[in-house]
Amino acid sequence: MEHKDSSLGDFESTLKKHAQELVASLEKGKFGDAVQLIHELNQTRDRGLYQEVGKLTRELHSAIVNFQIDPHMPQAEEVSQITDATERLSYVVRLTEGAANRTMDLVEQSTPLMNSLSTDAKALSADWGRFMRREIGAEEFRELARRVDGFLTRSEKETHEVAGHLNDILLAQDYQDLTGQVIKRVTQLVTEVESNLLKLVLMASQVDRFAGIEHDREAMLTEKDQEKHLSQGEGPQIHADKREDVVSGQDDVDDLLSSLGF
Amino acid sequence: MKILIVDDFSTMRRIIKNLLRDLGFTNTAEADDGTTALPMLQSGAFDFLVTDWNMPGMSGIDLLRHVRADDRLKHLPVLMVTAEAKRDQIIEAAQAGVNGYVVKPFTAQVLKEKIEKIFERVNS
Repeated sequence: MEHKDSSLGDFESTLKKHAQELVASLEKGKFGDAVQLIHELNQTRDRGLYQEVGKLTRELHSAIVNFQIDPHMPQAEEVSQITDATERLSYVVRLTEGAANRTMDLVEQSTPLMNSLSTDAKALSADWGRFMRREIGAEEFRELARRVDGFLTRSEKETHEVAGHLNDILLAQDYQDLTGQVIKRVTQLVTEVESNLLKLVLMASQVDRFAGIEHDREAMLTEKDQEKHLSQGEGPQIHADKREDVVSGQDDVDDLLSSLGF
Repeated sequence: MKILIVDDFSTMRRIIKNLLRDLGFTNTAEADDGTTALPMLQSGAFDFLVTDWNMPGMSGIDLLRHVRADDRLKHLPVLMVTAEAKRDQIIEAAQAGVNGYVVKPFTAQVLKEKIEKIFERVNS
């Protein structure tokens, strides 16, 4: 970093010094000296430019090696880190989808059991009440006793079944541990890639200064804004509570809509 | 009452389908984005549309606009169930003619309330 600054500093001080000398030579009418100065200036600029482009190229190369982006490189033993990260994230999607479906399967299997037990209990309870009020005869009582017996056997078996499903639902949450680990690794990679990109951007800006290139930042930002058009959707908001332009929950949505006359 | 559920995630479609069944709506169909949903709506005699916003292909907001622009579908009640939570987006959906807006994550109670409110208004 310091070295870069000094090479750019060299260039700038040479530029200043030579500029003054250039004016002086021109005023004195020494055109030969002036051309020589321009030549020297060009050389200093080119040297700096080559140096910075060289550094940028080396850094780019080491970034490619570090992240094993190029599959033809000998260092890329299996897959590139980016491909690997993509695969890891697909794995997260697969695992979470599997767990969600497994959980819903078990809920869908349990719900009818519970509903039917509840319906039967209600019916039995009504008839039991009639028995307690001595409203039923011996024949009907025998039938009721048979139903109670059947109900007890069935509820023992089916509550056991539902308890098993609840346990399986619990186990289906084990994806959290696995996906958490995978996502942490990918986050680490993203952070690394970001800091390397930042390094490259800084180096490229040195090249820009030597070459005198200026970018139209406003146009770049507008272009980016256009890409982010609302109707595309943005997905879940992560910092909803800290942002003014985002609702923080259903109550906020309802307030907003009712203010619009809904 | 025939309901079309549009969401690109099958798990979310399944959750909504289960919640609707609990509310007594058993006649449902599913689509994974606006492009597949629109022809189903045009030929399927649906009474209600529940759609996500952010989907590949045609988004939910574009589907809503297509529905409102179609003479035979323009009165179809539409409930948006989405993670999109920017105020501007909710206003955009309201202006496009949405009948209700539920942000994810949501509860069964919220979904029930919004659906009942929409039917109340449609029937009155």
